[in-house]
Amino acid sequence: MAEYSVFSLLRNGFNANRDWAPAWRKPEPKAAYDVVIVGGGGHGLATAYYLAREHGITNVAVVEKGWLGSGNIGRNTTIVRSNYLLPASIRFYEHSLKLWENLSHELNYNVMFSQRGVINLAHSPAQSDDFMRRGNALRHEGVDAEWWDRDRIARAVPGLDVSASARFPIVGGLMQRRGGTARHDAVAWGYARAADRRGVDIIENCEVTGFLRDGDRVTGVRTSRGDIAAKKVAVAVAGSTGRVMQAAGIDRMPIESHVLQAFVTESLKPTLDTVITFGGGHLYVSQSDKGSLVFGGDIDGYNSYAQRGNLPVVEDVMSEMVALFPGFARLRLLRSWGGIMDMSMDGSPIVTKGPLPGMYLNCGWCYGGFKATPASGWLFARTIARDGPRPINAPVTPDRFARGLVIDEKGQGATPRLH
Amino acid sequence: MLIACPYCGPRDVAEFTYQGDANRPRPDPASTDLDAWNDYVYQRANPAGPHREYWQHSGGCRSHLLVTRNTLTHEIAGVAFVRSAPVPATKPAPAAPRKRPASRKAKP
Repeated sequence: MAEYSVFSLLRNGFNANRDWAPAWRKPEPKAAYDVVIVGGGGHGLATAYYLAREHGITNVAVVEKGWLGSGNIGRNTTIVRSNYLLPASIRFYEHSLKLWENLSHELNYNVMFSQRGVINLAHSPAQSDDFMRRGNALRHEGVDAEWWDRDRIARAVPGLDVSASARFPIVGGLMQRRGGTARHDAVAWGYARAADRRGVDIIENCEVTGFLRDGDRVTGVRTSRGDIAAKKVAVAVAGSTGRVMQAAGIDRMPIESHVLQAFVTESLKPTLDTVITFGGGHLYVSQSDKGSLVFGGDIDGYNSYAQRGNLPVVEDVMSEMVALFPGFARLRLLRSWGGIMDMSMDGSPIVTKGPLPGMYLNCGWCYGGFKATPASGWLFARTIARDGPRPINAPVTPDRFARGLVIDEKGQGATPRLH
Repeated sequence: MLIACPYCGPRDVAEFTYQGDANRPRPDPASTDLDAWNDYVYQRANPAGPHREYWQHSGGCRSHLLVTRNTLTHEIAGVAFVRSAPVPATKPAPAAPRKRPASRKAKP
């Protein structure tokens, strides 16, 4: 398969684009693989890619119920950042951010990673103190963070209501310049193409309906396209974790599935060149390269597998958007949709061996799955290949709850709707 | 989504506060069985389909409600006051019988 380059672009441009090869094959499933990855989303595809590249394991299948990019990898608001508070989270997401920085080059696929900066707005002295503390924690770990005062934010973000009469007046913000956005679909396609080129079989429209078992041990998957044996079965199915694990006989998990809505406006001329988050409520907004504002807020707050939400959250998100940017009030909304979040009990993920012999589990991403895609795949691949975690993902095991070692960024306790 | 509060009638979901899965077997408060507490606090069945869950009508009559709702469609099959609803029939944790401590019954 030809490399993508300016020359192939020109050649195919002069040739009426007739010679582009498909980015990945559509293979029939084989009877057996070394590793079967359940879930062809960003994390599953990244895992397959890093298994092949880092560990030389290429006899791998990714089985996906729908088409590639049909789940949360195509439903998020594309924000990438690593500005967390707790060391375990900072290390995880910073590892991810470093992988993001070289991803387009590495995959030979433009994921349009744009380090335009992420500003978390603070609206009170107490919140400023809290954000400065987080900034110090980040710098302590070697991650960039800057405190910006109100005037500097006003100069950098025209249109933002920085007046003292605002309901939540802006007093400053924590800027992470290396944060930004990426083109979400391109991440799925780029990983799929790169994994496929290394021999991974990507099998779409293939729903896992059960697991092949030998006693306790998982020895493969039962799918809508026949049984597939595997030495190792890796599950990376985000919001469907509960359903898939029930098929494996695990009927209780530290996970609740919730619906998170996202919104896109009509296209505008370039107007917002950073990612802005609202500290008076919960809102994050950026402008895509097509010109649309892409934004979202809280999850709806009740268990759901529906991939669509309700109007109170829509009203909440819109009111926050207008509070920050009064000039956006007359924009029309183009689309909105919902994705199913696997909300864990402390807001942090699970990337681990188990819970059954022969099985590996990657879930609990809450709101943070997209930005974690490269590190999730990289660490999950390592956990599968070597039967154990790296120090970075050693803390994110499911037994941390019973052991009292939760990684609770917000300090909310076991209330998934509040993480 | 509308929830038909047995006291106030059908009201918008914005008036209600979600309180989660109603099928968790709560250990006896005096229990020191860590597995049973871990199961109660952290583990969820998280079903795709009918789900028994608690809501409070916090923006209305403030009643605690037991709602049966389909998590795939958001359809609500039933709403009842928690106080009049039967105790959820789930498998109790082995070392955690569902009973109230004797001290709660005696009034000071």
